[in-house]
Amino acid sequence: MPERNSGGVDPAIAAALTHIVGPPHVRTTKAERATYSKDGLTVHQRMPGIVVLPGTRDEVIAVVRLLAAHGVAFVPRGAGTGLSGGALAHDDAVLLVLTRLNRILEIDPKSRRAIVEPGVVNAKLSAAAAPHGLLYAPDPSSQSACTLGGNVAENAGGPHCLKYGVTANHVLALEVVLADGQVVQLGSPAGEPWGPDLVGLFVGSEGNFGVVTRITVRLIPVSQAVRTLLADFGSVRTAGAAVSALIASGIVPAAIEMMDQSCIGAVEDSIYAAGYPRDAAAVLLVELDGRADASVAAETESVETLLKSHGARSVKTAVDPRERERLWLGRKKAFGAMGRVSRDLAVQDAVVPRSRLPDVLEAIGGIARSYGLTVSNVFHAGDGNLHPNISFDGRVPGLRARVDAASGEMMAACIAAGGTITGEHGIGLDKLRYMPLIFDPDSLAAMLAVRRVFDPLERVNPGKVIPVHACREWNGAIKTRSALQ
Amino acid sequence: MKIVERVRAVLGRDAVLEDHGPPDGVPRVAPSSPDAVALLLGTAREEGWRIRVEGAGTWMPADAPADLALTTRRLDRIPAIEPQDLAATAEAGIGCDQLRQQLADHGTWLAFDPPGLAGRTLGSIVATATAGPLRHGFGSVRDHVVGVTFVTGDGRVIQSGGRVMKNVAGYELTKLQTGGFGAFGVVVLVHLRLRALPRADQTLVLEGSREDLSRVADDVYAAGLTLASVELLSPPLARRERWSLAVRIAGSAALVAAEEAGLRAATGSPFTTLRAEEAHLFWMRAAEAFATRAVSFRVGGLPDSSEDLLDLIQHQVGDEWVSASPGVGTLRWAGDTTVERLRRLRRALAALEVPLTLERAPWSIRRAVGHFGAYREGAGPLIAGLRQTFDPGNALAVAVESDDDDG
Repeated sequence: MPERNSGGVDPAIAAALTHIVGPPHVRTTKAERATYSKDGLTVHQRMPGIVVLPGTRDEVIAVVRLLAAHGVAFVPRGAGTGLSGGALAHDDAVLLVLTRLNRILEIDPKSRRAIVEPGVVNAKLSAAAAPHGLLYAPDPSSQSACTLGGNVAENAGGPHCLKYGVTANHVLALEVVLADGQVVQLGSPAGEPWGPDLVGLFVGSEGNFGVVTRITVRLIPVSQAVRTLLADFGSVRTAGAAVSALIASGIVPAAIEMMDQSCIGAVEDSIYAAGYPRDAAAVLLVELDGRADASVAAETESVETLLKSHGARSVKTAVDPRERERLWLGRKKAFGAMGRVSRDLAVQDAVVPRSRLPDVLEAIGGIARSYGLTVSNVFHAGDGNLHPNISFDGRVPGLRARVDAASGEMMAACIAAGGTITGEHGIGLDKLRYMPLIFDPDSLAAMLAVRRVFDPLERVNPGKVIPVHACREWNGAIKTRSALQ
Repeated sequence: MKIVERVRAVLGRDAVLEDHGPPDGVPRVAPSSPDAVALLLGTAREEGWRIRVEGAGTWMPADAPADLALTTRRLDRIPAIEPQDLAATAEAGIGCDQLRQQLADHGTWLAFDPPGLAGRTLGSIVATATAGPLRHGFGSVRDHVVGVTFVTGDGRVIQSGGRVMKNVAGYELTKLQTGGFGAFGVVVLVHLRLRALPRADQTLVLEGSREDLSRVADDVYAAGLTLASVELLSPPLARRERWSLAVRIAGSAALVAAEEAGLRAATGSPFTTLRAEEAHLFWMRAAEAFATRAVSFRVGGLPDSSEDLLDLIQHQVGDEWVSASPGVGTLRWAGDTTVERLRRLRRALAALEVPLTLERAPWSIRRAVGHFGAYREGAGPLIAGLRQTFDPGNALAVAVESDDDDG
């Protein structure tokens, strides 16, 4: 029998949690807890004190109220596919895993709405809506595993967000449990805020404002006409410039994704081989969709002409849904394919103005070379949302520090170009150090104050998003202390 | 020291536009930079002044009781238009007509068409989140705003979001400001998402009874067409004898042709295509008409509920000046009404889980009814906490809640 413990959490809490959710759904052994000690960005690790998996909304409320009564910190978590270390808990905190709340409560085809629990897997909602000719638009690459609750916490994006918007554009109403266990309804089924836009404020708050127990989302009609193009380029700069030209043309493709040679190689060497040209310095995957075949065909022709006139060596159109699916599978599984390149992967996420893509991609390449690192770029080019990924072996002494330093320089290059430090992965733990580079102390302090409106004691997902030491409030306290001493 | 003297000492002589401005004789101050706004609000906090925020004075009546009116009209610069990125940054006091013209000169387009006069300021539109018919195809105001800089009631300058199209760094304070009616600070700078000017832009109108047109609108919705606007307008709004269903299609020439064909096939109705100038006037007049009535509000129902909501509104306050987006579920009403009627309507709508947002009214009605009325259970303390965070001295004269629990 494995030894049971509860990290730094009072063992009596584990017993009380068991009373609420049942013995199978409270995990206390070291081996059980270790399963939840990382998310999709494996460079961060924290061992939670207790892992609890409630199965109903009422159990979530009871758990949160119990933890509130005992002043215990907790971290809401979905499938753990996040890429910022956002859903990790220290050993003095409880990890609240919501994957058992996985029911699609309602699909209303007439009003194109669905009501779901937070543990519903993203792709399963679209699968359930498909018989009605509808889908849920945000499609993060992890959509076969990630949960909608996690998508709400991170304001998740995905390739097709270029045309259809990110999670925030599709969430209409939320039921949330605040840190003290109070249940609050935000928004309305129609999407018109009931007062200030608290749904908009809540989405993307990385679990700091409470636990989502019910989500009302908008569904959209499945496009009847779709064309997927693969364009290959002799240089990354040319591909970046083509993206910029495409955006400025006024045509809004459903997606514009870019992969560089390193990424192409990793995909083509893997089981996800999609037939990308190995000799290309970069490929663009461009998708156009709509209701009417004639207009999509006409726009496809315009895009093909534009890509060729901006340096594409060739432009190929997927001939059937099977080929389209294959082209997309390579893109969506590119992160997985990079596992072949090396043992560890530092996944980055930044956004730049789209016209700056050529310069920034060149700068990122230069930074990687100067540190002797391998970087692969696979990203949402149409949004300017970069994912430079550094492959490395964390066991090599000193290499992790070089990766950290190079990552910092890449972020600085994106900020200098007018960009920001994350477009869809969130701040979590990973990007805390960069927050003062884009927000001044007053703005950070304002965010902290907003967090305290929802969670005065900062017990929900503590230590994430806002680097408290950078706030003016904290700086002021230090100065006051210094003056007193 | 008198308020005007203190303001002149802090911001300079030119900052005071009027020592005794209409309608209530309070000084009207026009800071010329975000920092000057911060300085003014910081001073107001020290002095305990109550501030009324105004734009061009064409939308919200300038009648909230205050010691001083702060107008954003000198914050009228456009620091950046970036056609290659389809992005722009503009100060809050810029008139939308000027902004639109400059964007068009760069081949770009801000795809919202709010109610009110063409010169309404960008800040007013963001603060009130008043979207127009283009909401059907391009989303509400919040979908076009990627970042803001705002000044809190006590003079702190806060940035939120940024210039880029995707951004999840920090909490979404931009969403709080968009439609916050100025209760959480004064928006001074707005980063916008643009679109390329559509190559083709067609408006088609069908006239008929409200019931018949609602059925046609249902057919349009069910067909899943890619349309910019689908708007049902009452006769005075459309300046026609009967109700009008106006459909706007914007995009490439191929898209417009395909969707127009799709519209006619789906409805079998004899829509009339307006010439470009006619279409411009049609939409502009409908938007301007909302500024001619004393009161306007919006309600947000489900896409298939517009007809029921119209019936309810007709029964409670009449439906002379009404515009509805059946595909979105949003409905805007304008007219003259009373506090009691508004309260009764808001209660009836609340029972259907439909919020009513008071967009525009004299202070006496705003104060009594509030822009939002009573909040749903549990939300009130959150909103009070957020107001305390961003306006700790309660300096900003905004009536977001009702003065009683009117549901």
